Amino acid sequence: MPASVNITPETNIVTETEPNKKPIWKRSKFLKELSTNKALFLMLLPPFILVFVNYYLPMFGVIIAFKNFNYVDGFFRSPWAGFQNFRFLFMSDAAWRITRNTILYNLAFIVFGLIFALLFALALNELRSRFAAKVYQSVIFLPYFLSWVVVAYLVLAFLDPNGFYNKTLTKVLHLPEIEWYSSPQYWPFILILVNLWKNVGYGIVIYTSGIAGIDPEYYEAAVLDGASKLQQIRYITIPFLVPFMIVTTIINLGNIFRSDFGLFYQVPMQQGLLSPTTEVLDTYIYKALIMTGDLGMSSAAGLYQSVVGFFTVLLANWAVGKISPENRMF
Amino acid sequence: MKLGSKKSSTLRINSISPSANLALNIFFTVYCILCLAPLILIFMVSITEQTSLVVNGYSFFPSKISFDAYKYLFSDLGKLFRCYGITIFTCVVGTFFCVLFTMLYAYPISRKSFKYRNFFAFFIFFTMLFQGGLVPWYILYTKYLRLQNNLIALIMPAVMNAFYVLVTKTFFSINIPDSVLEAARIDGASEFRIFWQIVIPMSTPVIATIALFSCLNYWNDWYLCLLYINDPKYYNLQYSMYQALRSLQFLTSSLASASGNVSSSLANVPGETLRMAMAIIGIGPIVFAYPFFQRYFIKGLTIGAVKG
Repeated sequence: MPASVNITPETNIVTETEPNKKPIWKRSKFLKELSTNKALFLMLLPPFILVFVNYYLPMFGVIIAFKNFNYVDGFFRSPWAGFQNFRFLFMSDAAWRITRNTILYNLAFIVFGLIFALLFALALNELRSRFAAKVYQSVIFLPYFLSWVVVAYLVLAFLDPNGFYNKTLTKVLHLPEIEWYSSPQYWPFILILVNLWKNVGYGIVIYTSGIAGIDPEYYEAAVLDGASKLQQIRYITIPFLVPFMIVTTIINLGNIFRSDFGLFYQVPMQQGLLSPTTEVLDTYIYKALIMTGDLGMSSAAGLYQSVVGFFTVLLANWAVGKISPENRMF
Repeated sequence: MKLGSKKSSTLRINSISPSANLALNIFFTVYCILCLAPLILIFMVSITEQTSLVVNGYSFFPSKISFDAYKYLFSDLGKLFRCYGITIFTCVVGTFFCVLFTMLYAYPISRKSFKYRNFFAFFIFFTMLFQGGLVPWYILYTKYLRLQNNLIALIMPAVMNAFYVLVTKTFFSINIPDSVLEAARIDGASEFRIFWQIVIPMSTPVIATIALFSCLNYWNDWYLCLLYINDPKYYNLQYSMYQALRSLQFLTSSLASASGNVSSSLANVPGETLRMAMAIIGIGPIVFAYPFFQRYFIKGLTIGAVKG
């Protein structure tokens, strides 16, 4: 089945060749290419099949959202449900909550991620000791390599009823004890902070490489003109990085409907009380599928995420194309 | 390493004042300590004695040091080795296939003489734009491929990644000139020979990058285990850590009234310190390997940043 698929799309490359019976002539062009580049097709075949199975079969599978799926009847024989799953989803209060949470968290991550990565990269670049800058950068980058399970442990060590905050900080700074894992109001701050702590190192690497690409002659000229350090940053470094910042931001905006499952699943430790402020699309879909077994809701939410996400990505790409065509993704 | 390396020596005058430099250094030192503090904290908790932990809570300066938690963990070495083994196995096999398949896919689509390269490039690229989502994917793996409790389920989903393919393709089209391939062809080398003896040796930087990304990805994976594995025999390292986090949390929470036999058998266990010791054992390899691989990782990121 997968192997036959690569025949269909090429058939539209039609040229007026010699008269023959139609089906064969349509194929012959492809077959000719197949025989000249046999080795290349052979190379492509294993990864192609894997991509088809792992990514394309589930794409056709989105039809499940319009079915009343059950495991016994399977994909083909489960009865149709029309838009019923979507009606249930959007009539529940979950739909609004998870959409709002996903978008607001992503906006916060984009804004704070940009500001802090940029400021840190600029400051690291000004340090007199290159060695110190390298050490700082390495340490700040370390959390990026930890898995979300590990991060959940680290957060727990601080916020547990027996943790560092409730047993030590409360005494030293005379703060009130807080039951973090049952107080949803604090979690937006905690999650934004944790995400920043984990990912800012990555942003710093990207911005640092951007700064390193600026021609030093600009700074030499600026020094001759008596520009101060801040003026150089304001009028040379930042303007050079602006196109880059815009493109990154737009690409991130394109992904605004997708969230990091690990952050929202592991760090709040699946505490039900926290779900008003920590539930996002991905965790909702997972919970509906695995925990409550509500396949209809889960697949409807999944298709909703995929389709809206697809259009935001297209929109983002169109916007990038308007601003700096060379950074378009496609 | 790239930090300002291009600045010429005449620019030494153009550096910030010593006081500003000192202020920045202090700021970064404090921030770095904050970055490392959580890791140090859980290490300290893991070597605290359980009774003093209950009295004093988690602290950077334990009043009484004990290695009971580690002793307890190492008493069940078989289990520990097993989850490490699963992780190392998926890491090695997965990374091997990831690098191989990425190269096999990227090479033909980087070839200008290959007529259908645009179709195949779009075929992989489209997976970045649109995904079927969790439910159909899950049903495919469990109902149709029947990969539940199978190590293939921990490897297969992460082998092909559109981003890796596009980075590799860009690398090929920049670094492997057509003239080299043409010359080899005139000399009578077959496509496969060209691929093995010319393309692969010329692409060590991108191979290293993909291997590093992929390896880290498999090492840190718990999600695939969460979805497809429910037999403890196949739990990988991260997922075992996740289970340790959950079940001790379950035992200490007030809601844990059911299953009394479990809690009684665990009553004499160094509970919270044990959990943190498990975390340390899981984090250890990454932290120790970090100084060696991080600069390659940074290099790799800048390869990818050229244009994905």
